[in-house]
Amino acid sequence: MLSHLRNLGLQVLDVLSIFGRAGHIWWHALWRFPEWRNIDLVVYQIYKLGVLSVVITILSGFSIGAVLALQGYNQLVKFGSESALGLGVALVLLMEIGPVVAALLFAGRAGSAVTAEIGLMKTTEQLSSMEMIGVDPLQRIVAPRLWAGFIVMPILAIMFSVVGIWGASLIGVNWLGVHEGAFWASMQDGVDFESHILKGIVKSVVFGIVVIWIAVFQGYDTQPTSEGIAAATTKTVVFSSVAVLVLDFFLTLVMFNL
Amino acid sequence: MSSATDNIQIEIKDLTFNRGNRRIFDGVSLEIPQGKIVAIMGPSGTGKTTMLRLIGGQLRPDTGRVIVDGYSMPDLSRDELFKVRENMGMLFQSGALFTDLSVFDNVAFPLRVHTRLPEDIIRDLVLVKLEAVGLRGASQLFPNELSGGMNRRVALARTIALDPGIILYDEPFTGLDPIAMGVIVQLIKTLNSVYGTTSIIVSHDISETAGIADLIYVISDGKIIGAGTPEEIFEQQSPRVQQFVKGLPDGPVPFHYPAANYREELLAGVDLH
Amino acid sequence: MQMRSIEIVVGTFMLAGLISLAVLAIKVSGFDVGRDADTYTVYARFENIGGLVVRGKVSIAGVVVGNVAEISLDQESFMALVRLEIDADVNEISIDTTAAILTEGLIGGKLVGLTIGAEDEYLTDGDEITDTQSAVVLEELIGKFLLNKF
Repeated sequence: MLSHLRNLGLQVLDVLSIFGRAGHIWWHALWRFPEWRNIDLVVYQIYKLGVLSVVITILSGFSIGAVLALQGYNQLVKFGSESALGLGVALVLLMEIGPVVAALLFAGRAGSAVTAEIGLMKTTEQLSSMEMIGVDPLQRIVAPRLWAGFIVMPILAIMFSVVGIWGASLIGVNWLGVHEGAFWASMQDGVDFESHILKGIVKSVVFGIVVIWIAVFQGYDTQPTSEGIAAATTKTVVFSSVAVLVLDFFLTLVMFNL
Repeated sequence: MSSATDNIQIEIKDLTFNRGNRRIFDGVSLEIPQGKIVAIMGPSGTGKTTMLRLIGGQLRPDTGRVIVDGYSMPDLSRDELFKVRENMGMLFQSGALFTDLSVFDNVAFPLRVHTRLPEDIIRDLVLVKLEAVGLRGASQLFPNELSGGMNRRVALARTIALDPGIILYDEPFTGLDPIAMGVIVQLIKTLNSVYGTTSIIVSHDISETAGIADLIYVISDGKIIGAGTPEEIFEQQSPRVQQFVKGLPDGPVPFHYPAANYREELLAGVDLH
Repeated sequence: MQMRSIEIVVGTFMLAGLISLAVLAIKVSGFDVGRDADTYTVYARFENIGGLVVRGKVSIAGVVVGNVAEISLDQESFMALVRLEIDADVNEISIDTTAAILTEGLIGGKLVGLTIGAEDEYLTDGDEITDTQSAVVLEELIGKFLLNKF
């Protein structure tokens, strides 16, 4: 019994120390970033995290938009209100599926790559040697990736939603025969820029921060072995996916229902 | 051997360091004079690399002092630490080249981040350093295209890019063929004699190290068991030192990892009924 | 890849993000940039506005001519006071015009429909439409229907 309590206490301390180390990274990487000659590094990371994730984001966005149109049409047509298809698809994409699925894709595509890359640098002593050259890897390696993640995530989520709505219009209007004017008019009527689109973007910004932070931390904190990197990469995908879904609930609660 | 006239550049005093429950260093004190080649030797697993990380400020000792160029390394802030390290170079056992940069950019890296020299001067400096390690022709290759020996030579060129006053070598001779090893030995000697660089070599290769070191510290079980010039070390009577320098398999440092009685353990597996 | 081409690709990426945002704003949320450029204000009081919301449409014969700017409760009459913004070029709305709260389609949103009267005098900025028709509340309608029948 006593040893159970003791183990529990130790585990709590472990968790606290993880948060401590993650906060330490945050502090040193972001607080002192104003070195503008490092802007090249951020641009390069936007390329690696953002541009290279565009294809997967667009493909997924299109498929999901098309599926939403098919499913939504089948339900709405029963009530003769298939003209509301545009509105339904747009709201679902902008407020929920766009930010959430884009973040999950980002965690799988970019987050795991960041973890593996930083973990490998740690394992091959590149981070240590950088420290000994007198360059802080938190600023040189970690900070550009964090910034790039913040910038890239909302852009990907917006692209996801736009392509999704386009996919839905192709299926809904051009194939299933929903009236084109009604499709767009119902959407424009019901979608509000501030209360729907902007809140969706806020969500994606939060998701971006969480996913890239987890990715960077897992890489930086990895055990410097091949097994360590493999475990850290898995943890990044699992932790950030769960974090995105749980956070989505609370963000929805706070932004849309309170 | 250090005398009163030598200028002490690195001083370690009563250092203890634990990793988990294991005690790595237990009251180690040593002095490293300026402009000398000092070797820290000992069997594998005695924390020699840890010693370099303590000197470089990447680890903090539990107790004791580490003073480099007059700065107490454990007490420096992160920024000050990075400043002090600009006068310090470290050659890693793995080379630790940046895999996404070419050989040229690897060597140029310290120059680009710490100086504001124009690109054509950086180019000349990089070529000079690469020429010194004999790899000017490989400047456009990437680290994964290099052999182990070339890798370490490029890493050495990067380490000396800023002409540091102190260079820490982590197992510089391990895993190299005799020719590459000879090249590295020669380079360390040249750097020391031409630039007066203080060199600290962590190694367990007795013959190569003894050939170039001015001063040797032998560490075992977290303590310094022998110190002096190579000749003094070879003549030391301590059985532990003798075992190490002569490479005897068994002695005060046991050949066997602590285990239960051999005979009893073998018999325990036999079912006598 | 060279840094320059990476910069160009990243620039394109950021631009694509901005364009996507613009598409969302204009095409999806119907953010009309020039709408509130030149308008005049007219008030109307309703017994019940049903589900009318701010930014709802104001239409004449089905053509959108303005939008709902503000909805408040008139504390004296306890009626809903609705401030309408009408496009300035639609300036010949007679003073006996009727304002009704209509539903757009079966499940669409509420809008204010204006039916033009016969007078020669026209509404100007700050005037009030007196002849109003409240929203049809489905429950009331059903209630009336049931009472008449039985």
